Amino acid sequence: MHEMSLAESALQIIEDAAQRQGFSRVKTVWLEIGQLACVEQDAMRFCFDEVVKGSLAEGANLEIVETPGRGRCGQCGSEAQIAMLYEACPQCGSYKMQVVAGDAMRVKELEVA
Amino acid sequence: MCMTCGCGTGQVAIRGKVPQHSGKSNQPIRFRAHQAAASAVTKDSETTRIVKLEQDILGKNNAHATINRSLLAEAGVLALNLVSSPGSGKTTLLVRTLDALKEKLPMAVIEGDQQTDNDAERIRATGVEAIQINTGKGCHLDASMVERAMQQMTMPQAGVLFIENVGNLVCPASFDLGEAAKVVVFSVTEGEDKPLKYPDMFRAAKLMLLSKCDLLPHLDFDADLAVEYARRINPGIAVIRLSAKSGEGMGEWLNWITEGCSDSVRRTETAEA
Repeated sequence: MHEMSLAESALQIIEDAAQRQGFSRVKTVWLEIGQLACVEQDAMRFCFDEVVKGSLAEGANLEIVETPGRGRCGQCGSEAQIAMLYEACPQCGSYKMQVVAGDAMRVKELEVA
Repeated sequence: MCMTCGCGTGQVAIRGKVPQHSGKSNQPIRFRAHQAAASAVTKDSETTRIVKLEQDILGKNNAHATINRSLLAEAGVLALNLVSSPGSGKTTLLVRTLDALKEKLPMAVIEGDQQTDNDAERIRATGVEAIQINTGKGCHLDASMVERAMQQMTMPQAGVLFIENVGNLVCPASFDLGEAAKVVVFSVTEGEDKPLKYPDMFRAAKLMLLSKCDLLPHLDFDADLAVEYARRINPGIAVIRLSAKSGEGMGEWLNWITEGCSDSVRRTETAEA
């Protein structure tokens, strides 16, 4: 359950930002999670709610923005949207798809008071 | 416990048996807790503003990994992060590997397990230094834990550092430890479709060791299909079929290590020149 570590890291990013930018409460957190990132969204929500208890983000809404996965085919060079790491290239059927986008995990922005 | 940096009141402990001459502490490392922030209740009436961050959640781990990578590069050390599901034979393979190379290369091992230092004891029996990291409830090693473990050990200059990760085919995939390569150990007593079921790890690895190959005659396991599935996930993954028990394929694995080691020494020499 590495989502717990990831939620801890997200909270640390929020706490560091609070010190730098002078806010004391967080109402909404937007996380960008790529479709191909190694994260289960439900687990992330569960862990986030637990981790922020007693912090400046306790009770904050968690908004997860899912970005689509994209791969480039090592065989024919075409790019396509992929939802899984083992999808074949829709153009030529090769499995030599390399991920080019959609594997990121970011704290995008916060609504703060 | 904070499983990201290892701080907090949790159970992460790092234990090494460091030779006396190194002058480094042999005490388990204790971590201080994050400062607790004041609890807050937001009133709907108050004015709010938007703060843009766009920060990578793994940013802090990656910063520690970068520190580890530069320390390893300075010492010309090849660091290999061994990952697999529990019971794939990582420790047995490691013990055989150390026995075969200990006269030729300086080596050290960082062992990661949730509990016990049984594996570190098995490694120490070969005469190679081993530091045990117990992650407590944590399911993977992170770069900060490895950084602290490295501070306790004698660097195997121009040699190899093996990091045996917690047996878990999911979580360790996301965490860069500063290694040169993740090596995934996949035993033939598992299913051929493991790379499809746990794709992140096979995508993150540079080398796949298909282990326990001495058992193939007794199993229905299709080794070619297993390799094909791994390459669907990671077309560039190198594959070595081996058995620590019969010794089959071990030569190829040992060559892969010594070649990687010469490369990292060469890079260090070029950087210093």
